Amino acid sequence: MKKNRKRNGIYREKDFYIFVGLWIIGFIAFTLIPMGYSLYASFTKWDGVSAPQFNGVQNYIRMFVQDERFWGSLKNTLYYTVVSVPLNIGIALLLAILLNKRLPGTNIFRGIIYAPSVLAGVAVYMGWTYLYGNDTGMINHLLYKIFHIIGPNWLQDANWAMTALIIMNVFTCGSVMLIILAGLQDVPAIYYEAAKLDGASPFKMFIKITMPMLSPVLFYVLIMQVIGALQIFTQPYIMTQGGPMFSTYTFGLHLYNQAFRYYDFGYSCALAWVLFAVIMSISIVIFKSSKLWVFYREDVD
Amino acid sequence: MKQKAFFKYKTSKILVEIILIIVAIMFLFPLLWMFCASFYDTTQASQYPPRLFPDPISLRSYLYVFSDKRIPRYFLNTFLLTVICVVGTLITASLTAFGFAKLKSRFKNILFFILLSTMMIPSSVTLLPTYTIFSKFGLVNTYWPLIIPSLFGGGAFYIFLLRQFFAAIPNELSEAAIVDGCSWFGVFWKVVFPNAKPALIVVVINQFVYSWNDYFAPMIYLQQPEKYTVSLGISFFKSMYGSMIDVGPMMAVAMLAIVPILILYISCQKYFIEGVVTSGIKG
Repeated sequence: MKKNRKRNGIYREKDFYIFVGLWIIGFIAFTLIPMGYSLYASFTKWDGVSAPQFNGVQNYIRMFVQDERFWGSLKNTLYYTVVSVPLNIGIALLLAILLNKRLPGTNIFRGIIYAPSVLAGVAVYMGWTYLYGNDTGMINHLLYKIFHIIGPNWLQDANWAMTALIIMNVFTCGSVMLIILAGLQDVPAIYYEAAKLDGASPFKMFIKITMPMLSPVLFYVLIMQVIGALQIFTQPYIMTQGGPMFSTYTFGLHLYNQAFRYYDFGYSCALAWVLFAVIMSISIVIFKSSKLWVFYREDVD
Repeated sequence: MKQKAFFKYKTSKILVEIILIIVAIMFLFPLLWMFCASFYDTTQASQYPPRLFPDPISLRSYLYVFSDKRIPRYFLNTFLLTVICVVGTLITASLTAFGFAKLKSRFKNILFFILLSTMMIPSSVTLLPTYTIFSKFGLVNTYWPLIIPSLFGGGAFYIFLLRQFFAAIPNELSEAAIVDGCSWFGVFWKVVFPNAKPALIVVVINQFVYSWNDYFAPMIYLQQPEKYTVSLGISFFKSMYGSMIDVGPMMAVAMLAIVPILILYISCQKYFIEGVVTSGIKG
């Protein structure tokens, strides 16, 4: 007891703030104040130069009633998220299971599969733009050579452009794969051994042991991937500029155009808050649903 | 019977190995093609049907790109900017993380919760007011808007990652140092910093890749072409001579942009993987 009090004596509130103060200042100056201001600006007409003019909920009315691009871009973004996130997590899970078998070359495979996630950026998107070319593109060439399929004109075809972005995104599933792989390696081998003694099939073991043990990891990955996917911007901006026929026009592009093409800062702030609301509500739904499917080991221990 | 089971075991192993090889080839393919395309001569660059491997190997794309005086400029800009951001993030993120890991305050938990929740805020919510602040101070078209975030903690992700690592270093070590008359800065510098090298490397390489690849912030804030970064330069070049027909020069620039990251990745793969895993599992 006495020793404890002595120990606590060396901790002073002041020291904590000396170390954390810089972050607190940054948080106030570059997150808290801008957030408050942007919420206020979403109820104004503001061009970014002169002072904002309060105009009530007009930005929001315009968004929901007049702006068809708002609904279009929201739909595109949700579609991208709903298809791309489960697809990425599913493929990552599959690859992680295969890599967890620790066959020869596992480290090399792991390194190769994760590499595109690290390199992803404008340079690689540029490469994909050419790979997706109609006649000269290597993807269509190989599709024809190997499967005798005549590929679509990926990025120039309104029916295929979004699919092209989704497929490209699969190549960045490496980070999710690594997280899941680490989760798999965390499952105590004794669980499998016990199940094996009871005569459980590999499929049953996967459903009854692997998936529950992996669920906290999947939950984390799901939240982070959804938040990222809803904000997609650079890929369509570089590769399709939102086209053709607005088929890849995402919410991020709409928000950017309103701000930096039309200098409608007030409206853009309103869009940003709607995006924030969408992110929060989807996250809350996932959090709430997690009670049903996320299993924490402490529950049994 | 036993032999049959062994055989079955063996075939499933070989099957998995084959699947992994196919997947690895697919994941490598875009990069391989970009690499090859940067060595195409003018004929092959527009050839139909396309051929993967350059024949003959032509250096004309690289010569073309190097004859452009702007390219080295973009690389220098990006390199300096990246180094400053990396150093800034390393110092400020680890100071903040040290506070959260080793010091005490009534508001520590609530502040840490706030820190973690900032990861869920989309950057577009703060973008325009922040842009206006920088604009009012005359900092648009300078590097300051790109550097400043790294001087105030560098983002929740790094702080969180370092805090997890620092917290694992026994408190007895730091407490003993304090009792011996060391200051908290001394503890930070002499006890925690040297013991957290892997986590610090994780932060350095992740921030390096992030700053190097970042496109949105440079696009918003940099206007003069002389100030462009590499990723901005690439999209600038696309609008200039990136016709769909001649892929050579575009892919040469793209390869040059990728090479630094690729070298870093190959030499520090362990730390890249550790970074992803630590953030995912302990999160």
